[in-house]
Amino acid sequence: MKKRILAFLLSVALLGITLCGCGGTTGPGTSGSAGAKDGSVVVAIAQDLDDSLDPHRMVAAGTKEVLFNVFEGLVKPTPDGELIPAVAASHTISEDGTVYTFTLREGVKFHNGETVTADDVVYSIERCAGIRGGELLVEAFSIIKSVEKKDEKTVAITLTAADGDFLSYLTAAIIPEGYEQQETAPIGTGPFRFASRTPQESVVLEKFEEYWGTPAYLNKVTVRIIENGDALVLALQSGSVDICANLTTTQIAQIQGKGYNVVESTMNLVQALYLNNAEKPFDDERVRQALCYAVDKQTVLDLMADGHGTAIGSSMYPTFGKYFMEELTDHYTQNVEKARELLTQAGYPHGFTFTIKVPSNHQPHIDTAEVLKEQFKAIGVTAEIQLITWESWLSDVYVGRQFQGTVVGVDAGNMTARALLERFTSTYSKNFINYNNPAYDQLFAQVLEERDDARRTDLYKQMQRQLTETAANVYIQDLANLVAIRENLTGYEFYPMYVMDMSTVRYVD
Amino acid sequence: MKHMSPYFKAGVLLTAVLLVLIIIGQFWTPYDPEAMSSAEKLQAPSAAHWMGTDNFGRDIFSRVIRGAGTTLGIALATVILSCTAGTVIGALTGYFGGRVDAILMRFNDALTAFPSILLGLVFVSVLGGGTWNVILALSIVFTPSFARVTRSAYASVRDANYIKSARLMGAGKVRILTIHILPNIMQVLLPALTIGFNNAVLAEASMSYLGIGSMGSLGYILSDAQSMLYSAPWYALCAGGTIVLMIFGVGLMGEGLQRGEGGRYA
Amino acid sequence: MRYAVRKVLTLLMTMLIVSFLAFLAFELVSGDAAVALLGTNATQERLEALREELGLNRPFMTRYFSWLAGFFTGDLGVSFSYKIPVSGLVGQKIPATLTLSLMSFVLIVAASIPLGMWSVRWEGRKGRVWRTIDAVRTTFNQLFMSIPPFFSGILISWVFGILLRWFQPGGAFPTPAEPGRFLWHLLFPAVAIALPRVAMTVRMLRSTIIFQMNSDYVRTAISRGNDRSNVLWRHVLRNALPPVVAFLAQTMAEVVAGSIVVEQVFGVPGLGRLLLGGISGRDWPVVQSIIVILAFWVVLAGTLGDLVSQRIDPRLRLGGDGE
Repeated sequence: MKKRILAFLLSVALLGITLCGCGGTTGPGTSGSAGAKDGSVVVAIAQDLDDSLDPHRMVAAGTKEVLFNVFEGLVKPTPDGELIPAVAASHTISEDGTVYTFTLREGVKFHNGETVTADDVVYSIERCAGIRGGELLVEAFSIIKSVEKKDEKTVAITLTAADGDFLSYLTAAIIPEGYEQQETAPIGTGPFRFASRTPQESVVLEKFEEYWGTPAYLNKVTVRIIENGDALVLALQSGSVDICANLTTTQIAQIQGKGYNVVESTMNLVQALYLNNAEKPFDDERVRQALCYAVDKQTVLDLMADGHGTAIGSSMYPTFGKYFMEELTDHYTQNVEKARELLTQAGYPHGFTFTIKVPSNHQPHIDTAEVLKEQFKAIGVTAEIQLITWESWLSDVYVGRQFQGTVVGVDAGNMTARALLERFTSTYSKNFINYNNPAYDQLFAQVLEERDDARRTDLYKQMQRQLTETAANVYIQDLANLVAIRENLTGYEFYPMYVMDMSTVRYVD
Repeated sequence: MKHMSPYFKAGVLLTAVLLVLIIIGQFWTPYDPEAMSSAEKLQAPSAAHWMGTDNFGRDIFSRVIRGAGTTLGIALATVILSCTAGTVIGALTGYFGGRVDAILMRFNDALTAFPSILLGLVFVSVLGGGTWNVILALSIVFTPSFARVTRSAYASVRDANYIKSARLMGAGKVRILTIHILPNIMQVLLPALTIGFNNAVLAEASMSYLGIGSMGSLGYILSDAQSMLYSAPWYALCAGGTIVLMIFGVGLMGEGLQRGEGGRYA
Repeated sequence: MRYAVRKVLTLLMTMLIVSFLAFLAFELVSGDAAVALLGTNATQERLEALREELGLNRPFMTRYFSWLAGFFTGDLGVSFSYKIPVSGLVGQKIPATLTLSLMSFVLIVAASIPLGMWSVRWEGRKGRVWRTIDAVRTTFNQLFMSIPPFFSGILISWVFGILLRWFQPGGAFPTPAEPGRFLWHLLFPAVAIALPRVAMTVRMLRSTIIFQMNSDYVRTAISRGNDRSNVLWRHVLRNALPPVVAFLAQTMAEVVAGSIVVEQVFGVPGLGRLLLGGISGRDWPVVQSIIVILAFWVVLAGTLGDLVSQRIDPRLRLGGDGE
């Protein structure tokens, strides 16, 4: 009998789920802003910091995003994409552009209380450049000839050749010489100090009281790792999270009216259907162009994010103000006739079938692949989507280059156009799409020699145009980045890079 | 099966209804399961869309019955492959015994002690993704359990009198294994088949849930739907509910079979 | 005693094979730790350097035996991803998984034995009403058996978390330092794991008991005027126990497997999540250790089940090492 009652109760409960679910009734967040009193916030991010915490060795975008608050270089980026002095107070560059001399700022302290010395700076730069016996950690540092301590406050870096982008790489973190535990308990000079990490659960940052610049407003930032998108929404709804970035429009719709403001930017990455230019049928430019003509980017944006995001036409995203070429976005507009014609010319009058490999941990890329698959049908091209793990993607697609097409987002890593465009020079080790265009290589060689900024910009633009015209990839968009911030918090700043600056965030009274 | 149990009948009925829907779904669905429409995103169930629409404005009912076909195909293929392989291994080891048997059974134990998700992941990773490789991976994962069941069945009749007499009458080994023993262990194998089918559906769903399954299967749809549980609860309920119904139907058949056998399961 | 010794030896043998298979599996998976660690920064030179540093360049057997040697001296190695000792990392996650597994096991036993006994209470009674009750019971039982644990997890977290707000899904998971909240939060995933298993156990228990009840000694006992319920609890249950114990041992093992997926649904910081994270990060020192721990649990449960059943029913001892 009891059994029957139990069964009945459970069925009622299940029925209740259906009914209540459709109504979607929930009370407002419960935990509210307990953090306002002690100046603490909880930030949710979707990926674990399962990485080395050593600033020179960390790789994952998520790790860099969080530890941006802990480390600083000689210079550091601003939200406008400029570089401002940080550990160095000022610098001069020699006439021929090969010697950079830095004067260190007075009284910059590490999180362990020690003052930053010229020796620490020399150590940090040499470590990245692989001069002290280690491997080369920052590729652009391969042109460093020597790093010299001139006096207690002055360091000079000598290059083998001039490089107009070199300063951008000096955002590389300055760390104390001889400290051995950077990998697990990192020490830097930033406005927050690293307090603890619990794998797969959280990372805690605390305000660094002896910071040289404008101190952080918050006393404590707890970065909670919530990998499951659904759990993330539940956490936001229940009010246990104060800030969360990279949300989708669907997720935003689910936290409407729960006490959050939503601010929007873009994710700063080039999302495209990357095509293996060395593999049939994509070794034929006309086939690649046909795919470009098959796509209607606006529909992709509408379907994926209600029109949020920015359509792009080459390997550059809009926050790179001076390099971004809006006119390339509409270089190819959907034209099924033309696409079929190109396919016929290339010898595929009846289309073909190919495989798109997509890393399964990135839902926006899977979504885009699904929409593209649907759009390709119109030109007789059948795309089969294959989900693979991120690690298989890295080893098979990125390193092994065993693929036909793949949908991913490529980001810049630092704020230079070079970071996005050098990738497609034919001999570059990370040219995973096997793009091979002598004219493009030629342009890049010119950029390296050029020192005039306007002309450099122009060359970079010509490179982008090359990528578009030869249809290197089917460029889609820079994804929308929607950030939910509790209503009583303010001061969240967007950067043209994938970082999360917590030093300017504060509670409003 | 002179007197069929009502459970068996109910199970057959439910499974048949699903099966008909799935088979029709392979040729015709109310809407193109892949056609997207930004104007019809995340609509609640209505007369036009029986199960509502998803985040791309696709008709969920069409997607679910098409997806159920994929899941059913994977589960059936897995059960057939792993049952065949498992029966052969179980027959040989159970009937002949000896050292090979001992070694194989240790491996069997070890494989059983392995988290099946991990095994699935390893095989998918080695073989590459895609529906066929998922089937192959799952078949490898499920073979040990069938081998175990058949092995003990074979071992238990090995010394039965009717087998002894068959041997005395000069029947060949293959003949004994297939014609004399196999029909007699169907009683053990049939329930194992229904359980195997259910486990295959579950495993496929779990793998899809963790992002390594087959695109478009029910498990994949469910993991997709889970992130919209709040804004579109019907999506997850319909996809999850269909999985439950598929397992439920076969489970009822299994229940009916066991009751129908009389004897042990009165 | 010899039986027990042989069981333990078998157990060790199985563990050795498991650890070897796990090692082999990782050898076969595409993408090694170096690739996963370097991500999009990977170049052939840096990959080689990192492989050298992590010792991945050594021959397969050398690595296996050095891992084995380390294991027996209590050194589980250092996590590739987190750069901290595996023993500390795993130790941190064990309480949640162990508590979750034990809790769901207790729930299963506590719910299914009484339910199973109740379900046979009216067995054999004639009449429409009883047949209907039986049909409803069986149907619901089957239905619950058909719910995938992660689906029940999704439903439970939604009903009790979002709609009823009994706990905070996605909220910071309490640590064992707060036992009350810790157990309360684990209760929901434990129920999600237990639900289908309870249904299976009830079904198993029921058919075993009915088999016993139809046997001669029970009929004799009842016909001699013994109280039916007394016979049921005192005689039948005891004789029905060996197969039930074996089944529960298997349950013990499956509960752990179930927790791998359910931990993911509820965000429980346990071994399952660490395992999945480790697999995707190709962090084999972590994965290897967790697999060995989980496999040990599974094999141990089986062995204990065998030992207990043969204690209850010594006849089983004749069956050699059984199944």
